[in-house]
Amino acid sequence: MSHAATDATFTILDEGKPVTVPARVSGGTVRLSRKALEQALGWTFKPEGLCRGALCVPLRSGAAVESADGVDLAGVAAALGRPLAVDAAERAAYLGVGAGERARALAALEAPDFTLPDLAGRRHSLREHRGKKVLLVAYASW
Amino acid sequence: MQEELEDRGFTVITVALDKSPEDARPWIEAARPTHPSLVDTGHVLADLYNIVNVPTVFWIDEAGRIVRPNDVAFGTDTFKHITGLEAARHLGALRAWVRGEAPALPTGASARELQRLPGETDQQARAEFGLGEWLHRQGRTDAAERHFVRGGELAPHDFTIRRGTMPMRGIDPMGPQFRAMLGEWVGQGNPYYRPLPDTKG
Repeated sequence: MSHAATDATFTILDEGKPVTVPARVSGGTVRLSRKALEQALGWTFKPEGLCRGALCVPLRSGAAVESADGVDLAGVAAALGRPLAVDAAERAAYLGVGAGERARALAALEAPDFTLPDLAGRRHSLREHRGKKVLLVAYASW
Repeated sequence: MQEELEDRGFTVITVALDKSPEDARPWIEAARPTHPSLVDTGHVLADLYNIVNVPTVFWIDEAGRIVRPNDVAFGTDTFKHITGLEAARHLGALRAWVRGEAPALPTGASARELQRLPGETDQQARAEFGLGEWLHRQGRTDAAERHFVRGGELAPHDFTIRRGTMPMRGIDPMGPQFRAMLGEWVGQGNPYYRPLPDTKG
């Protein structure tokens, strides 16, 4: 897009990790240049679909994911099977993990690994406890 | 429990789904735990494990497999009059499993069948939460509110969103607004806690 460089910045939270790229927002639609898309999410827009390394995800035929104004972020999320929450006014969006990916992992009964901090800021992962039985407790002060 | 069983190759890991480490600090410091006591402000664990309320407990074996999926257990009997769940019962079953004296689930029960899987709406609600939580951290509280509300509308069974965001929104999570929400939900015949069948007894 020849005019993409003049687009204002937009924050995409990719599974919570913020990346800031130029994008244009009109109505609720967020459009990025191919370059910004690749920069933000690592996916390259190709005629056969969205590609990252050797992996390509086909776009639904007839779906107008790309126009003269760029690639539609919602179309990208749909093609990847990932949820997208958008706040056009705040120029931010959260790209989550799809139900398919989460359901496959849980259906396999492999406890998903995570890394989280304790009060001292030290990070702990579930996988450090492999070889032990674990009682994992989610609680809250509310 | 931790001290009693850690020599048998066992650990507890607790994860607080709280808006800040400071919210979790009094709880953790009062318990003075020797096990990892973690804080999860972004609800990473809720997303990974399809957690929709607290407390939620999982038993994970030596190979990293979920042998007892999303269940409800309390460390004390403070809420027994509401929940009907006895702390001692879970502790007894856990102790027997750790010692190798009893299986994680009753004979005939399958962890795979008991493991609830998230749907697309659940994950959309979690994306709304994620956006709201980030906006809140930026001080953009009005915008955050929109996404917390939307998340709760999409997944009304997900109290990590509906109740868990209340402290960020200046709402008392034990107050009248919570009680009204709970009353409406339960009045429609929905469960607030969802223990496994053998926990329910």
